[in-house]
Amino acid sequence: MVVADRYEMVCGLEVHVELQTKTKIFCGCTTEFGGEQNTHVCPVCLGMPGTLPVLNREVVNYAIRAGLALNCEIADFSKFDRKNYYYPDLTKNYQTSQFDLPICKNGGLEIEVDGVKKWIGITRAHMEEDAGKLVHSGETITTSDASSVDYNRAGVPLLEIVSEPDLRSIPEVLAYLEQLVQILEYTGVSDCRMEQGSIRFDVNVSLRPIGSEAFGTRTETKNLNSFSSVRRCMEYEVARQARALDDGEEVIQETRTWDEGRGITLALRSKEEAHDYRYFPEPDLVPIVIDRQWVEEIRKTLPELPRERRNRLQELGLSAYDAAVVTQTKAMADYFDQGLAQGAEAKSLANWVMGDLTRLLNSNQCQIVDSPVSAQQLVELIKLIDKGTLSGKIAKSVLEEMYASGKDAEQIVKEKGLAQISDEGALQGIIDGVIAANPQSVEDYHAGKERAIGFLVGQIMKATKGQANPGLVNQLLKKKLSD
Amino acid sequence: MAISREDVIYVAGLARLELNEQEIQDYTQQLNSILDYAAMLEHLDTEGVVPTAHAVPLHNVLREDEVKPSISHDKTLRNAPDAEEGFFRVPRISLT
Ligand SMILES: [Zn+2]
Repeated sequence: MVVADRYEMVCGLEVHVELQTKTKIFCGCTTEFGGEQNTHVCPVCLGMPGTLPVLNREVVNYAIRAGLALNCEIADFSKFDRKNYYYPDLTKNYQTSQFDLPICKNGGLEIEVDGVKKWIGITRAHMEEDAGKLVHSGETITTSDASSVDYNRAGVPLLEIVSEPDLRSIPEVLAYLEQLVQILEYTGVSDCRMEQGSIRFDVNVSLRPIGSEAFGTRTETKNLNSFSSVRRCMEYEVARQARALDDGEEVIQETRTWDEGRGITLALRSKEEAHDYRYFPEPDLVPIVIDRQWVEEIRKTLPELPRERRNRLQELGLSAYDAAVVTQTKAMADYFDQGLAQGAEAKSLANWVMGDLTRLLNSNQCQIVDSPVSAQQLVELIKLIDKGTLSGKIAKSVLEEMYASGKDAEQIVKEKGLAQISDEGALQGIIDGVIAANPQSVEDYHAGKERAIGFLVGQIMKATKGQANPGLVNQLLKKKLSD
Repeated sequence: MAISREDVIYVAGLARLELNEQEIQDYTQQLNSILDYAAMLEHLDTEGVVPTAHAVPLHNVLREDEVKPSISHDKTLRNAPDAEEGFFRVPRISLT
């Protein structure tokens, strides 16, 4: 359904990201993924009476790190609050979170959609604990009368990043999420493994008639765990709301859930009190005071961020597209930088990294950090082409050999005798032979059929197993034929 | 009265408490007398006083990010009202 002619979409996102600490936010239990159910737990994260939480310093460090990378102000003074709700994913009947004094606020990041740049505000980012998992195994959720609970994830540190309602289209939403995840990955704040639930998205969507200033009534769909779910959910929700508005119905402000299998959103029990969390200051945790020195020490350790990297590579002559591809992950960007440091020319390095190397890595399901061909080895291969030792075509098979064996390009070229024949004397003899064997083509050429020379070049390449330097062959052949 | 009967029923609902008529009346009255008492604070001059975030004058009580052993499965589930295959079992709460 096309709704863009009548309504404008307004969207804000809440992103929950698991921080890459070794231990939980308030206790020493491991945050390792997996593990038998209820084995990564202790009296603190099980909420036993009489226990006291103690904040993990590394959680604060990561939160500051993410905040700086997202252009946020870091609060001098921050505290935790209790968010009260009754659901068995937490044992305490409240989630320890931050309410009015979050650690980060007033940030944002730049997105680009169809060549148009736009700043998307980030209202705040705050620290909180993750909840446990409810499993309804065997029976379906509607028929079973009991739930099984695993608290291994309860207490894993999260940063909740809340955007301003600045997003106006699904491509903008996806661009924002890609940028955000990339920044979190670059800064090492999170492993960003969506399939393990390291990042989850809550999507707030409303529609308003085009030209209207006032926001429409919004719905919030919680707990999406992939970009494709976000996209599909938004498509569904925009269409659903548009239909309601077209029919003169009211959109109800409510929390919804995404049913991946059916591709629809469903209203969660929409009692308004579900939103009444009765926050109050967490008496078991003391406030956090962050001085400028702490912030500056973390700022010093920030890597060059994706946007700066893309700009730098574009200044070296890469297209915006190429710069975006080679900076997709920090690992690839680092590999690329290592290649540049070895003296490679940016454009040809980009072609090899994005093309043949990526293809080999993908077909072997290998990450670039584990690439059997180092950046230095790849650059040595490129230099052999630049020097005329290897043709581009043979270089591709050399790269495959390098990938399989881990050997250097030069060694493979030597062992297999793959070096391009650029020796005039050697080529001259072969050219003479081909000319003698193909008098008809020579005649055609002299009769003005330019194409005949292509056939002769092909014969020479064949005779040299593709190793003849094609430029030189052309030059020598033409000279010979005009003698 | 600051707290109405409806407020008490509402808050009880949030806390998953089932109150009988007598309890609703008792709590309405008790909560009001507590709030009336606390209302004395409103007579104080708090101009220039920084809001108190915590009653103890401490900040930055932090621990290092070092893994400590978790507790045994046995102990974990010992106080569980119901357990099965290493999971806590709880009454199902329907969300949709
Ligand atoms: Zn624990």
